[in-house]
Amino acid sequence: MSSVPRRIDDVAELGTDEARRSWLATVWEFSRRRPLGAIGGAIVLLNLIVAVGANVLAPYDPVATDYGAMLARPSAAHWLGTDAYGRDVLSRIVYGSRTAMLVGFSCAVLGATIGAVIGVGSAYFGGRVDLIVQRVMDIFLAFPLIILALAVVSILGTGIWNVILAITVPMIPRAALVSRSSALAIREMPYVDAARAAGFRHVRIILRHMLPNVMAPYLIMLTAYLGQAILLEASLSFLGLGVAEPTAAWGLMLRGAAVQFAESAPWMAIFPGLAISLAVFAFNLFGDSLRDALDPRLRTQ
Amino acid sequence: MGVLLSVQSLVTQFSTSSGIVRAVDGVSWDVDEGETVALVGESGCGKSVTALSIMRLVAQPAGRIVSGHVVFKGRDLLTLSEEEMRRVRGREIGMIFQEPMTSLNPVLTVGRQLTEGLEIHLAMRQTDARARAVELLGMVGFSDPARRLTQYPHQFSGGMRQRIVIAMALACNPPLVLADEPTTALDVTIQAQILELMKALSRRLGVAMLIITHNLGVVARYADRVNVMYAGRIVERASARELYRNPRHPYTLGLLRSVPRLDEPRRARLQPIEGQPPDLTRLPTGCSFRPRCAFRVEYCATEEPPLREVPDATHVSACWEAERVGSSNGGPRNGPPSPPALGSTSAQPGRSSRHGE
Repeated sequence: MSSVPRRIDDVAELGTDEARRSWLATVWEFSRRRPLGAIGGAIVLLNLIVAVGANVLAPYDPVATDYGAMLARPSAAHWLGTDAYGRDVLSRIVYGSRTAMLVGFSCAVLGATIGAVIGVGSAYFGGRVDLIVQRVMDIFLAFPLIILALAVVSILGTGIWNVILAITVPMIPRAALVSRSSALAIREMPYVDAARAAGFRHVRIILRHMLPNVMAPYLIMLTAYLGQAILLEASLSFLGLGVAEPTAAWGLMLRGAAVQFAESAPWMAIFPGLAISLAVFAFNLFGDSLRDALDPRLRTQ
Repeated sequence: MGVLLSVQSLVTQFSTSSGIVRAVDGVSWDVDEGETVALVGESGCGKSVTALSIMRLVAQPAGRIVSGHVVFKGRDLLTLSEEEMRRVRGREIGMIFQEPMTSLNPVLTVGRQLTEGLEIHLAMRQTDARARAVELLGMVGFSDPARRLTQYPHQFSGGMRQRIVIAMALACNPPLVLADEPTTALDVTIQAQILELMKALSRRLGVAMLIITHNLGVVARYADRVNVMYAGRIVERASARELYRNPRHPYTLGLLRSVPRLDEPRRARLQPIEGQPPDLTRLPTGCSFRPRCAFRVEYCATEEPPLREVPDATHVSACWEAERVGSSNGGPRNGPPSPPALGSTSAQPGRSSRHGE
């Protein structure tokens, strides 16, 4: 019996000791290369902290009315003033970020994930399945985001969970389209055939073998959709089809402010408007930089 | 030793825009338990499609297994349900692919890829599967398998990756492994290591192997039996030793002559096989090798030669003139005169190369 050759791997060792960089070093590297993205990321992080710690950070109860201080100007007591019911605008913005983040993250994660599974599955099966799935997605894509979201809300009614659903639905076909095009290339890789030859089920191959390979476009979609979802939620709330009073939401604050008090109490509209702009801007900035960092064609190493 | 796998009259076709491609056109061959069988032929002769047909992984709907039987351990794989077939893949028949650079998933650790099949097919628990993975990596020659499990494919060289692929194919202890061009993508020095490893493991574990290759050097050293394929058919079958000493099909003869040899004068010219492989959508009537053949006679054009036993040899050949091929063959280099000028039917002149400069 001939013996199996041993220890050849020591000779052929290639880049094995390339240490995996700690995430802290990765963050530092990202900030150094893309300062704008880092600023965006910082604002996103700040937003998240505010959202989580709203009950600690907010100076007042966001729904508590104070009829002694209606439409008060910004002052030491109410930094950003009060609204028509005497509710503290700063507190409502702080709590509003909770709504925005909840809706934003839920919609982006749900939309991108469901879309990615559909897109990768469609690419994996190919042929007739792919054709039918793509045509259905095309139908959804024919409508602008807001129209489709409006349609879903008008069917389901308002309320935060319905809003999340309404924003998720139009995101799915967009995510499916992006992930499908990445997955089409992966479908042709021999390791997918190897997984078939190893006797794995279709679902396992799609979820465990192909999906991790579309992680880069997935993350990019996720960050891009965060900003969009926040904007959509604000739009729906502004139109009265989103989150219902008295829940604190930025779009809802604008709705009350813009109609009657734009001139008499401009702080009611300016500050929530700024909050929306800043959040969406930060998410987009971060998303763009992340895309650049993850896109191998733009990577400078 | 009993027959482990018996491919019988297998026909696999692809429908393309230019017609039906008869990729595998009625081939039959066996693999005995523990035996290493080679399937040899040039690109596009249907070797890989044969392997994919056995695994029932021919790309559908373009590709279709039209007829035949693939009897494995007494069961016809072509009649199994998809679910039953799934249990055969990986568990009963392992597969090694050509490209070690791309046949491992880049985003999964080597350990994960080794244990996944064990957990699914053998219902092993994670700790047991891990222990088995360590054992497997050690078996294919890694000195520190436990550390290797946590690494990703990009941290390994091509030869090392192919060892991992071999370990994966052997993970569930299958009685048969199909190796589709297992060394083609590797450096020559690594090729020999990998082949030695496969040979040693197949002996030690009693695994039967089907090696698909276009490299006759691989065949000579590592196969027990050889099937030569041309245009979707088996044209010659013999033991490896017999095939080299006494080829009885003009195509085999041509293949052997186009390989450089160390025991020839350095300035000797290689003799290429003239012409091109036939278009599989429009196979000529009669023998499909006829347009390129130096031994062709008139009835080759009309009568298709069956695989038949050659009288004075222990093997079979699909050539009407097998006896003449044999007698002209005093050694693979001093054979018949160079092929006569080809008629207008041949596509292009073959490349002739000078060797040993």
